[in-house]
Amino acid sequence: MNFAFGSIVLALIWAAITASFTLLNLLLGWAIALIALWFIRSYLASPVLFSKVKKIIALIAIFFFELAMSAIRVALLVIMPNIKSHLKPGFIAFPLKAKSDGEITLLANLITLTPGTLSVDVSNDKKILYVHAISIDNKQQLIRSIAKGFERKIIEVFE
Amino acid sequence: MIIAFFQYIGGLLMLAGSIFCLLAAVGLLRLPDIYTRMHAASKAGTMGTGLLLTAIAIVSFDGAIILRAIAGFVFLLLTAPVAAHLLARAAFLTGHKPTELTIINELDSEKTKK
Repeated sequence: MNFAFGSIVLALIWAAITASFTLLNLLLGWAIALIALWFIRSYLASPVLFSKVKKIIALIAIFFFELAMSAIRVALLVIMPNIKSHLKPGFIAFPLKAKSDGEITLLANLITLTPGTLSVDVSNDKKILYVHAISIDNKQQLIRSIAKGFERKIIEVFE
Repeated sequence: MIIAFFQYIGGLLMLAGSIFCLLAAVGLLRLPDIYTRMHAASKAGTMGTGLLLTAIAIVSFDGAIILRAIAGFVFLLLTAPVAAHLLARAAFLTGHKPTELTIINELDSEKTKK
């Protein structure tokens, strides 16, 4: 909490000192505050939060990369002349390791926006997420890539 | 000079976003069933709209507009997958049959077991 709170306070102080509350100036002040706090990170009370911020940023970066890849793949698929021969759709049961509602919701949303997969339903006991995939080459590999990719990253952020 | 540079970048993003939106629409027409169509609508549609909003943020040079464009993008990322998910689920629950091309259907067998 110290880190986020401290950086915002420092950013506001920066804006007050430079007498300009424009967005750009606030962002600049915030960036400087983050750098300054990073230098004294070992003296701050909660180093856990800092490592978590890094994980959240990593998750966001991966997410945007995957979103771009999936949009390009769908766009290319759509303009194929013989579209039917490229489709191998199917419903797959994905066993969930994530426990809480928040984690499952986040995972389901991320799956929908990443290459070739779409969340359809969660089983009543919250153990299985049903995923529709547009082109299945190897079912086990697809399940593994979700489990090792987004699900692991989400659990890391939430734990 | 710098303003012109940002305008070119914004223009290119706007063009790319429009192409993605167009291809999302083409996908809705050409794909065989609602489940595969949702792929085109959720991914290419989100990407296209996101690029358009980013383009607006870049060419506007106005903090308020940039903030609103970013907020719009964030809300789009939160809502588009939920909409696609709900449509696919509703289609499944009302008995909409997936295309014959479907190779695995674990959802169907699981549901009938209960």
